[in-house]
Amino acid sequence: MESVFTPYASFGGGLLIGFGAVLLMLGLGRILGATGIMSGLVFAENAAEVSWRAAMVVGMILAPGLISLVTGQMPELSVPVSPIMIVIGGVIVGLGASLGSGCTSGHGVCGLSRMSARSFVAVPTFMLTAAITVFLIRHVFGA
Amino acid sequence: MKLIYALFTGLVFGVGISISGMINPAKVFNFFDIAGKWDPSLAFVMGGAVIVTFIGYRLVWHRDAPIFGGGFQLPSNRTIDARLVCGSALFGIGWGIAGFCPGAAIPALGTGRWEVVLFLAAVTVGFFLRRLLAPAQPHAKVASS
Repeated sequence: MESVFTPYASFGGGLLIGFGAVLLMLGLGRILGATGIMSGLVFAENAAEVSWRAAMVVGMILAPGLISLVTGQMPELSVPVSPIMIVIGGVIVGLGASLGSGCTSGHGVCGLSRMSARSFVAVPTFMLTAAITVFLIRHVFGA
Repeated sequence: MKLIYALFTGLVFGVGISISGMINPAKVFNFFDIAGKWDPSLAFVMGGAVIVTFIGYRLVWHRDAPIFGGGFQLPSNRTIDARLVCGSALFGIGWGIAGFCPGAAIPALGTGRWEVVLFLAAVTVGFFLRRLLAPAQPHAKVASS
């Protein structure tokens, strides 16, 4: 499936993602990591930490609707993989992001910006394994 | 007020994810498909996000405390260990299989697509599996970043 090169929209979206991360640090003093936010809600072991995470998730979920209100259409989203691949990939994402204490947002955006040594290991690691996985699936197994 | 602030923060992040193309698995696959239909857009996402966060964090840290108090809570774990490397390697494999990462999938829920619900349910199973297979070590504050 082809996708259009969108440097300006992607850069602009990236600026907003960074702005969101800075807002969270400014207001609540936290790293914006989607894995931490989600697992904090799933396990809900600390009640004081649940409400702000829930509010953030509500804001995140409202975003595509807001975009569709303003532009008249939902953001483009196509899933060129089968449900079984979504499930397998999802379980591995949850296991890996939890074990490695972070994902694209926590390590990628916030960790690199903090100059965290752990994130400088994590980010090249997951970028490389993702690229190898896509290469194997598309060009070796030919899916 | 704190919750409205958190909701607004989530909205800003979610709009960024949506506009950037991170929300779209087809685009994620093509970003990684250097040998095929390479679409380098997502490098611009990471670039833009890190520039703003790098500068913004340093401005924010001039303050004594966050607006709503509680101090700046930064991950204290500095250990580069097998958990970090294996976890990150696995995360990349899963991302390359499904095309979603958690930060993209949560806003993607708002599009109402069933694939997103399925993905996040599977991620939740993965969280439980991690607890079962590799319980947190005393020094490791899990998923703090």
